[in-house]
Amino acid sequence: MPLIEAQHLSKSYGALRAVRDVSFSVDRGEVVGFLGPNGAGKSTTMKMLTGHLRADAGSARIAGFDVADEAVRAKQHLGYSPEGAPAYGEMTVREFLRFAADLRGLADPAESVRRTLALCRLEEVAAQGIDTLSKGYRMRVGFAQAVLHDPEVLILDEPTDGLDPNQKHEVRRILKEMAATKAVIVSTHILEEVGELCTRVIVIAKGEVRCDESREKFLARGADLNAVFRQLTA
Amino acid sequence: MTSPAPAAPGLKPFAAMLRREFAGYFRTPLAYVFLAVFNAFAVSLAFFVGGLYESGVASLDRFFLYHPWLWAFLAPAAGARLWAEERRQGTLELLLTWPITVWQAALGKFLAAWLFLACALLMTLPVAFTVGWLGDPDWGVILSGYAGSLLCAGACLGIAAIASALTRSQVIAFVTGFLACFLLVLVGYGVFDELLAGAFGSAGIDEIRRLGLWRNLEPFTLGLIDARPVAYFLSVAFAGLGLSTIIVERR
Repeated sequence: MPLIEAQHLSKSYGALRAVRDVSFSVDRGEVVGFLGPNGAGKSTTMKMLTGHLRADAGSARIAGFDVADEAVRAKQHLGYSPEGAPAYGEMTVREFLRFAADLRGLADPAESVRRTLALCRLEEVAAQGIDTLSKGYRMRVGFAQAVLHDPEVLILDEPTDGLDPNQKHEVRRILKEMAATKAVIVSTHILEEVGELCTRVIVIAKGEVRCDESREKFLARGADLNAVFRQLTA
Repeated sequence: MTSPAPAAPGLKPFAAMLRREFAGYFRTPLAYVFLAVFNAFAVSLAFFVGGLYESGVASLDRFFLYHPWLWAFLAPAAGARLWAEERRQGTLELLLTWPITVWQAALGKFLAAWLFLACALLMTLPVAFTVGWLGDPDWGVILSGYAGSLLCAGACLGIAAIASALTRSQVIAFVTGFLACFLLVLVGYGVFDELLAGAFGSAGIDEIRRLGLWRNLEPFTLGLIDARPVAYFLSVAFAGLGLSTIIVERR
């Protein structure tokens, strides 16, 4: 059973058809790079997968649970970090993660928080208000909240956006460590990330899937990834 | 290493929500400002405008008389953050992808806010003790007055919740919530009588007045707990809670 399944997802905003009939599935151990220009429908597709947006047509399943009909069960298996990694800014990092752990009803919330703080290297800012953190730390807090419960499915919307090269490297390192046991979707518009991180690439443009193939096949399309990207999304 | 199949979450998400929201009021100095303002107004209105002391009667009806005004102003102030703040910070997207139903989240938020208003109300107890020290009041009547005031607060909060669900700005949520509550205060006072008589006839006026906050709070301050005002306050509170939740869910 694939851990993530999208079947014929469509979504319109008024006259704009943001996502048109998108289908794919992701298995355990896969890290799918979700590529596409801004406004291509990446975030909209992710929002439908996470159950945040209701699809106009089609369905999505997380770990076998329909995100609309069995929403709570599906969400228990899902870790999601929306674009910009929103968080309750007035809370400290530790309070925020503890709240997320309690809300998820984790068996040992204190231990989950401790482990996640260590994994994401957030210990030194654990007692700081999230509003006072730098962008790099804030992104890591968003990431931490997504992996807190060690979910089978991880969906991350631009997790490396605005990070410096060292921080990007760090996020990729953590992701790679965890990827073997999970199904992961990472949206990005940084093409180099494909080679470093992903096992598979889905290119989306104008709301449609333009290509869905292994990393090797994608990299073999040409030496100049920017040219490949332009041609695929034209 | 795979995640164990999570057990049915039960009430844990709701309890976590309630705790966070209630504690959230005290994370900023705003809560203390709120409590101070509520108390200052509740007490000074009763003594300086209502003439509680001069009346020479050991009763709190002159104290509760101003509570619809207080709640119309302060319930929207406390309720403005309920959903508007989630939208502004973008955390609504997070919350709605965590394993909690919108209804559980909404109820947790609402009850936390109501509890906070109850704290504000409890802090006015010295007024009751003063009356008890000066005279010999009927404590049953005072208790029913407090119960009525708390219900009135819940009704105003229900309206505030709708206002907050509609916007990402706490200021807009506060102003629209206040205006709606203010209207419910005014209809009890007959300022619209001429206007309403033209539209509904003089018999209709009394029916409209029943919708006012004071008309429903008054029996409580006399020690009468009647089913009708109780049903009125609770239905406004829960209609507000329900509507705001539907607004958030449909977004």
